[in-house]
Amino acid sequence: MSTLTANSQDSAPDLPNGSAAAAILSAGIGSFTVALLTIVADQSTTVKNILSIYKPTGALSGVTTFAILAWLVVWAILEWRWRGRNLSLKRINIIAFTLLLLSLLATFPPLGDLL
Amino acid sequence: MEITTRSLWTLVHGMGFGALYLLACSGAIVLLYLRSSPYVQADSRPAGDRILGIYLTVMAALAWLTVLSGTYIIYPWYRTAPPAGAAHLTAFPRSLLLSNPATKQWHLIGMEWKEHVAWLVPIAITMAAFIAIKYARDLKHSPPLRSALYGFVATSLFAAGVAGFFGAMLDKNAPVDGGQTIRLVRGE
Repeated sequence: MSTLTANSQDSAPDLPNGSAAAAILSAGIGSFTVALLTIVADQSTTVKNILSIYKPTGALSGVTTFAILAWLVVWAILEWRWRGRNLSLKRINIIAFTLLLLSLLATFPPLGDLL
Repeated sequence: MEITTRSLWTLVHGMGFGALYLLACSGAIVLLYLRSSPYVQADSRPAGDRILGIYLTVMAALAWLTVLSGTYIIYPWYRTAPPAGAAHLTAFPRSLLLSNPATKQWHLIGMEWKEHVAWLVPIAITMAAFIAIKYARDLKHSPPLRSALYGFVATSLFAAGVAGFFGAMLDKNAPVDGGQTIRLVRGE
């Protein structure tokens, strides 16, 4: 992967951007997991029942709990792998924004129902 | 002048945490611009670098409080099923909306979108707070880092706006009400 050009004007050296890349990409993945689980729960009664881990809230409790867990686990793994590295943030941003846009669209019921 | 405990919780959730978050979004975008734009002469002291991180952390706390109170306190009241043959559905907002063709889309589109899209907000803003804290001094010199922050803060504003709009409209059409009555001002 290409490296980000270090800033020569700043007196303090820039931090490696790996931690930022891990946070950005994992946020995109976490958001997409919310949308993915929403669609799967909507289409399968079995999955809906499995995701109803707190009955008064129904499947929403499982969708959000497992999405948050997925986000945090992915973040921890990427942070561990990328912490000291410099990565192409532009590429990470494109992937993360695509996932974020897909999440917004897929959670919109008229579009989510088409999938 | 009275209010029920359920109405009070919807106020705390929507007008308290949620509305405060929406108001804070515009401030975050301005602060992000002031702290990171190469065209603005910003405060160069370390304390100045920390302002954006602290601001976004408070926003993240508001976002988490909003979604958690909405999902685990108010939503169960909203979706409570009425007993079989119930004639009056005012205590059961979801069933009330679905019982009328003129209002059912408020649930099928409004609530169904709101309850899920709102959860993108704490994810996006927690990430933004983390970056603003860790890379406080690097933001000015890293356009991709700034783009990520602008993008995620703007998306969180959109998602919170969707949730706030539908929350207000749902409460207008089928308010979550009930519980104990709290008397605010005694009548004459």
